Amino acid sequence: MEKLNKRSKLYLALVFVILYAPILFLVFYSFNSGDSMTNFKSFTFAHYKEVFQDSRLIVILINTVVIALLSALIATIIGTLGSIGIVSIKNRKMRNTVLSLNNILIVSPDVIIGASFLILFTMAGIKLGFMSVLLSHAAFSIPIVVLMVLPKLHEMSSSLIDAALDLGASRRDILTRVILPYVKPGIFAGFFMALTYSLDDFAVTFFVTGNGFSTLSVEIYSMARAGVSLTVNALSGLVFFVTLLLVLGYYFITKRQTRSGAHK
Amino acid sequence: MRRKGNLLSLIPYYIWILFFVIAPILLIVYYSLLDLHGHFTINNYRNFLTSVYLKMTLSSFWYAFLITLFSLIISYPAAYLITKLKYKQLWLILIIIPSWINLLLKTYAFIGIFGNKGPINAFVKAIGLPNQQILFTDFAFVFVSVYIFIPFMILPIFNALDKLNPALIDASRDLGASKITTFRRVIIPLTMNGVKAGVQAVFIPALSLFMITRLIAGNRVITLGTAIEEQFLTTQNWGMGSTISVFLILFMFIIMLLTGERKKGVARNGKAK
Repeated sequence: MEKLNKRSKLYLALVFVILYAPILFLVFYSFNSGDSMTNFKSFTFAHYKEVFQDSRLIVILINTVVIALLSALIATIIGTLGSIGIVSIKNRKMRNTVLSLNNILIVSPDVIIGASFLILFTMAGIKLGFMSVLLSHAAFSIPIVVLMVLPKLHEMSSSLIDAALDLGASRRDILTRVILPYVKPGIFAGFFMALTYSLDDFAVTFFVTGNGFSTLSVEIYSMARAGVSLTVNALSGLVFFVTLLLVLGYYFITKRQTRSGAHK
Repeated sequence: MRRKGNLLSLIPYYIWILFFVIAPILLIVYYSLLDLHGHFTINNYRNFLTSVYLKMTLSSFWYAFLITLFSLIISYPAAYLITKLKYKQLWLILIIIPSWINLLLKTYAFIGIFGNKGPINAFVKAIGLPNQQILFTDFAFVFVSVYIFIPFMILPIFNALDKLNPALIDASRDLGASKITTFRRVIIPLTMNGVKAGVQAVFIPALSLFMITRLIAGNRVITLGTAIEEQFLTTQNWGMGSTISVFLILFMFIIMLLTGERKKGVARNGKAK
């Protein structure tokens, strides 16, 4: 392996600094006792306190977390069952069609997903708000879960299921005691991805949220349009740490799974 | 028995495909044929082909092109250098983490950074230049977009470079090719699929950005995404909004065809060389 020269190192360092500087800048000023992102007066938790004293913001925070957890759960269940079904489709053409349909929502721009879901909910008579946001988030997370679970299912040898059948396992036993434990790492990965997709989403939610209901992203957007407020910085700080925890959690879970997988 | 059980598990999944994949596309196409009062018309399409919308489409493509180009120029060398590092997987994770941070927060950060009293202007003042208006310019828009898309460009290029067999590079060097020739004739052609995947991952979202245009470009830049959002949520002209969406979907397919992996071609090239 050739060593990098100074110029290359400097370039890489610059890329990393540019990638992280804005995020750290944002979090740094959330501790500013002043009222703008310009001169740092002194260290304070006041803006965080403000967030936790604002009951409206608390409700929005709770909404965001509930939507993320529920939508990830729904997406994981439907996605996992779907993947188990997909691998048992014998007709290759049919299976490829299903997989292409699966990927449509992944490659579609958010605006189009948002706009088309808005039409869908209006036509179906579903009131815009909690329900429409929950359904949208579950809907755009399902294909990701499928993409995470499918490789695990492909890895699994079918003789495991034959063996279970021979030993007299019922259909339910096979699902809960053979298939699900085997693909568990994929399911967890899918759940985490769905969580972050939901927490991250702004565009789709913005379209289907209606008037009374708001998630963090949408709220930050309307606050940011009104101008800089360090409350938004404090919110950012919170979101940043939660994201970091999720990424780390995801990283360690997949790490542990691969290690325990290696033990077998 | 097993097969039947497994196919039963497809029911909720098929319902999802029907209602959230197929129905939305059909509804977009259906609405693109409706006017404001719900009557059938092809006027929306006629409108789209007038100079106002064509100009907007062109400018949207131009910005998406600039964003993709700059992302590529910055990302290719970065990805290349990361593959040379000792703990490359760890460095890659560090590149990916910012892409998991909420898009809105990163954009909001730049409102502060580019602001009239932000650090950039403080620096400009320190070297004795007058205050610059950075926010609400084309530069700010392209910069922030590139910033956001860099991880998505680095990832596929890194994967392509990482898969590259180092023996090929050694062979090229042994046969007397200079470093630059090796890079131009061996490394770049063999990592083209990564570049294409990166371009695909940046260009299509860049066409449909709408939040960054509002917050950073202050309505100066109108992309296809901004236009769709405006038609749906401000003007409430869903017909026109759907028509623009139909075109955006068409563009998306064209771009995917152009940047799709051509495995056959690569294999042939590989054999020929």
